[in-house]
Amino acid sequence: MRDIDLSGRVALVTGAARGIGEATARRLIEAGCTVVLNARTLNDEAQAVFADLDALRPGSTTIIDGSVAEPAVVATIARTIFAKYKRLDILVNNAGIQRDNYIGMIPDAEIEAVMVNNVFSVIRLTQALSRLMKRNGAGSIVNVASILARTGNPGQFVYSASKAAVIGATMASAKELGPSGIRVNAVAPGLIATRMTEAMTDADRRRWESQIPLGRVGSPAEVADVIAFLASDLSRYVTGQVIGIDGGLVI
Amino acid sequence: MELQQRVEKAFTDALDLPADVDWATLEYRQYETWSSLGHMTLVAALEEEFDAMMEADDILEMSSFNKAVEIMRKYDA
Ligand SMILES: NC(=O)c1ccc[n+]([C@@H]2O[C@H](COP(=O)([O-])OP(=O)(O)OC[C@H]3O[C@@H](n4cnc5c(N)ncnc54)[C@H](OP(=O)(O)O)[C@@H]3O)[C@@H](O)[C@H]2O)c1
Repeated sequence: MRDIDLSGRVALVTGAARGIGEATARRLIEAGCTVVLNARTLNDEAQAVFADLDALRPGSTTIIDGSVAEPAVVATIARTIFAKYKRLDILVNNAGIQRDNYIGMIPDAEIEAVMVNNVFSVIRLTQALSRLMKRNGAGSIVNVASILARTGNPGQFVYSASKAAVIGATMASAKELGPSGIRVNAVAPGLIATRMTEAMTDADRRRWESQIPLGRVGSPAEVADVIAFLASDLSRYVTGQVIGIDGGLVI
Repeated sequence: MELQQRVEKAFTDALDLPADVDWATLEYRQYETWSSLGHMTLVAALEEEFDAMMEADDILEMSSFNKAVEIMRKYDA
């Protein structure tokens, strides 16, 4: 399916070895894009997934491993993309972690890990890579937030705060980078079937599902489709928006 | 072109400096055009001239013309 045409474009997808990141990389490659794939560690699982992705269109990917929360990794990513492609059209800030704990029982290291992985990574990558986008006077940044940024949830104090920060960063960067031709939007997935939500108890899952007007959990591909739309020229007049992908969970 | 001249060229292109500018003493914010916004234009001009991507620390540390020359040595392939 080539309804969205991204041929000739270069994208970076962070945390691309599974879940929403993997589905997004797949969708972008299928749309003709060259994709730089990032994973925190290039273990056997990540290597197998990345080999499958490259097989979709051989030579259409480059792998850069390392945590995007680390400034040195962000600098390496910017340097590598510049050296290899001299351009970046699409940045998908997907990498994120979820750690659930009740208020009063959250270790300090966990607060820091969630904020650094979910927020600092977005800020650092946006700062480093928007400069590369500016050179072409165009670009699209898509940040993966969460419906919890707007609704919150017991046990998800830090995670919700981190995703709300992602939305703030999305809006501020959309305003500042708009004059340079760079659009910045966020998606706010609801309940999506990935490893992140696997740990949920059946009772919790049923409780959530009963609140979703479309009656079911979403798939990573359904998030990837919206990200591909935001990455493409079909959304050329859309910036600073947060699009819910939640089957109507938050209306 | 010498490295220093290439840096001068980027400064001139980006910051619209007077013809008699004293390169040896030129510092950040000395002229209205070398503001924080002008600094980003300057970075873009340097990156264009040296066909490189500058690192965040270098951008923040580039507080004078001399410092810029020193930093750009790294990017002079
Ligand atoms: N699934 C949902 O229902 C849902 C809902 C709302 C929002 N989201 C958001 O969607 C995004 C993708 O989540 P997912 O559901 O696909 O989860 P997932 O299956 O856990 O995948 C996330 C991937 O990102 C990687 N990652 C995390 N931090 C990283 C870092 N600093 N550098 C490089 N890679 C990093 C993870 O690697 P490690 O295993 O090494 O950490 C993992 O491979 C996240 O931002 C998440 O918060 C998910």
